[in-house]
Amino acid sequence: MAQNVFAPWDDPTETPLIQFKGVTKRFGDFVAIDNLTQDIYAREFFALLGPSGCGKTTMMRMLAGFEAPSEGQILIAGTDMAHVPPNLRAVNMMFQSYALFPHLSVWDNIAFGLKRERHTKDAVSARVEEMLKLTRLEKFAKRKPHQISGGQRQRVALARSLAKAPKLLLLDEPLGALDKKLRQDTQFELMDIQEKTGTTFVIVTHDQEEAMTVASRVAVMDEGRIMQVSTPAQIYEAPNSVYVADFIGDVNIIEGTASPSVNGYEVRWAEGHAPLVAKASQVLREGQRISLAIRPEKVSISAEKPENSVNAIEGKIIDIAYLGNLSTYHVEVAGGIMVKAQTANTRRLSRRELTWEDKVWLNWTDTAAVVLEQ
Amino acid sequence: MKRMSWFNTVSITLGFVFLYLPMVILVVYSFNASKLVTVWAGFSTKWYVELMGNEAFLDAAWVTVKVAVLSSTLATVLGTMAAYVLVRAGRFHGRTLFSGMIYAPLVMPEVITGLSLLLLFIGIGLDRGIFTIILAHTTFAMCYVSVVVSSRLVSFDRALEEAALDLGCTQFQAFRLVTLPIIAPAVISGWLLAFTLSLDDLVIASFTAGPSATTLPIKIFSAVRLGVSPEINALSTIMIGIVTVGVISASLISKRASLRQQAEEQAAVRT
Amino acid sequence: MRRFFLIAVPYIWLLALFLVPFLIVLKISLSDTALAIPPYTPQLDFGAGWDGIRNFFAALDFENFTFLTEDALYWKAYLSSLKIAAVSTFFTLLVGYPIAYAMANARIEWRPTLMMLIILPFWTSFLIRVYSWMGILSQEGYLNQFLMSLGLISEPLIILNTNWAVYIGIVYTYLPFMILPIYAALEKLDGALIEAAEDLGCSRLSAFWLVTFPLSKGGVIAGCFLVFIPALGEFVIPSLLGGSDTLMIGKVLWEEFFSNRDWPVASAVAVVLLLLLIVPIILFQRNEQKAREADQ
Repeated sequence: MAQNVFAPWDDPTETPLIQFKGVTKRFGDFVAIDNLTQDIYAREFFALLGPSGCGKTTMMRMLAGFEAPSEGQILIAGTDMAHVPPNLRAVNMMFQSYALFPHLSVWDNIAFGLKRERHTKDAVSARVEEMLKLTRLEKFAKRKPHQISGGQRQRVALARSLAKAPKLLLLDEPLGALDKKLRQDTQFELMDIQEKTGTTFVIVTHDQEEAMTVASRVAVMDEGRIMQVSTPAQIYEAPNSVYVADFIGDVNIIEGTASPSVNGYEVRWAEGHAPLVAKASQVLREGQRISLAIRPEKVSISAEKPENSVNAIEGKIIDIAYLGNLSTYHVEVAGGIMVKAQTANTRRLSRRELTWEDKVWLNWTDTAAVVLEQ
Repeated sequence: MKRMSWFNTVSITLGFVFLYLPMVILVVYSFNASKLVTVWAGFSTKWYVELMGNEAFLDAAWVTVKVAVLSSTLATVLGTMAAYVLVRAGRFHGRTLFSGMIYAPLVMPEVITGLSLLLLFIGIGLDRGIFTIILAHTTFAMCYVSVVVSSRLVSFDRALEEAALDLGCTQFQAFRLVTLPIIAPAVISGWLLAFTLSLDDLVIASFTAGPSATTLPIKIFSAVRLGVSPEINALSTIMIGIVTVGVISASLISKRASLRQQAEEQAAVRT
Repeated sequence: MRRFFLIAVPYIWLLALFLVPFLIVLKISLSDTALAIPPYTPQLDFGAGWDGIRNFFAALDFENFTFLTEDALYWKAYLSSLKIAAVSTFFTLLVGYPIAYAMANARIEWRPTLMMLIILPFWTSFLIRVYSWMGILSQEGYLNQFLMSLGLISEPLIILNTNWAVYIGIVYTYLPFMILPIYAALEKLDGALIEAAEDLGCSRLSAFWLVTFPLSKGGVIAGCFLVFIPALGEFVIPSLLGGSDTLMIGKVLWEEFFSNRDWPVASAVAVVLLLLLIVPIILFQRNEQKAREADQ
């Protein structure tokens, strides 16, 4: 079973397609990328995720050849790309604005890159037809970019960048300009096309949901550094820092001091309250300051104090956000800390057990919280 | 930014050398002591002194300024009215003809405009002089003014005028109290444009000026037809100097105004 | 009432001082030369009533236009005006495009200053700008002095009073008209398009020819018309910089009127010049219309 899972990064015999080796990029005094080392493997769908200004776009532009690293090396398929201009790289890019040539038809836009290579006319048109079919654009071949919808433009941009069958496709916020519904459909389409063509995709996005949906691995970036690289599930379930935990999804952070106990660690978090119990993958010193990260959906809420629960704390409901499928309770606990608890609304809300100002109990298991060192 | 930057630097440098070198040479040689304009014989301001003593030039300059001030003011009033009509008056009989008459003079060769006005003045027996030049200049300058003003009026938020009417203004009050202050920069640049066009014009003035009134360009033209002269160099230098000072101070004033507005906006955001 | 007044004042002004004069030109172009004041017949004689008007129209003819087609001078002048305007428009494009391109690629904080420096010459006297070339291009002028001191030429070049001087004069005075629309088109250009072209395998030069240039075509066309149209009827430049053999229709009209006092022929020349201009003006307006539609 384990052999069927696509995880080349766990396989020491695999050679990476892309290698960043100690890459630093400075713009004047500003350090956009700070001594970054990272491998990306063939056929990966690799997401660079982070807020604007975190360096993700710079990383992508260095791969495309529009920026050169100030220090370090970038290798693609083992070759140092330092002196290879963008037009000679087997790398294509899908631009955030799509950058479709407004004076050319959809067909000519897709053929643009092919015509730069010495293909026969027939070969070019065969490839363009293939791309039109792949992206379901056959009907729009003769239109100009301003005569088609946003979603269609996005597909033209994708077809154009895939037409040359690049080893590596870079996607810069590819779905940023689409509305939410269309974006979700397009995400699956992207994954489908990636699988069909077997191309390595590197996607830049600030939308964590998008990164989690499409990527085989996600790199969370901040201030020119990669904070964590892992599969979407790992990133969510086992973030390695408060930054990552907070950036991906919703999280409760409770700070405290750890001390080893029989069942993992006891965490003292508030004067005069029972310590919280948590399992940790790392070894902690006695009295070490740590943060507990607990996802709201892992926190149960009840009116009575639950029995046999390792972590149970009392609080008062301040706010209730009803989201249809879910309800989120904002509960104030000792020391004024706000803890969010999420419950699925599997039953109709005929009677609401809990309401504002109610005293409630929150509880979670000892494996629900992730221990993060500070 | 780095793309072909040597190429860009070279083209900009050569471009500006081409644009400005002839005028720089003119200015430098206006201080030439020699009567032979192309041979440098030391620094001298004698051509300026001589120019100041040349009554004919001074008279012509005075006529030119009078014509320019009067015609550009009249052109600004008429041109602003015409712009308002074009943008705001809606449909009326002959609107197409009207807008045609506004735009046509912009592309009409000056020789034709001049010729046609001259034939009109002769036809109705009007004596040619300052008055006819003013009429002629007003006519073609008002078209430029109305183009400048109407491009500003188009982007003007009509709700502002409607608000003024809603608050009890008459149409005219709304124009005077709301529209005019807002389009004032366009009206002023329209006036400046009309003024410069009038100062500059040789061809139309040559047709419409009579023996009683000669403008500076007509004077300069008849002088330079005979060749380069140091006196004309001095005169050109004075004119270039006035324009340079005028344009630079105008742009500084507008820059300062926009900086002040920016500062005020930022201050407003902070409070 | 107020609206009527607002429309009527500029309307009547333009009718009286633009349309009527133009109709007079048209009418005189159909009249005959006469040794009188004013020097043409027929005169419209309202005193003679209907007969007068009938006689007036009966006396109009296309004689002057036939005369224009018969005399080779006019043919040559029209053709030579077209040629000079076309050649100088081409040179203006050649000089103006790189400047506009460089401005559009200059640092953003520099662009307003560069713009001002391009526009500044507009405000200086046209006549003076043309005149400034007389001293440069003449036989003992600064250009010849400079080239001879470098040893590039041994004999002075004869430029002033040739068509070359006219080309230079037109390029010089109309350059801003070419630069501004091209600059406007290039500045709007999305830099990502050039990157996309390079990403898809274009060298810088081919990216320019395949993407930048086609996308600035609107500005190029607008600039060409803005130079070509006024250059066609130019008078000052050919009369100051051109030679006696430089034929341009504006100059011919001027001489016909002031030197020969042949008003009917001068008027006919004007009418034909206007007819020549109609085609480029309509094409220019089409181009502008298209640009406006593309913007929306």
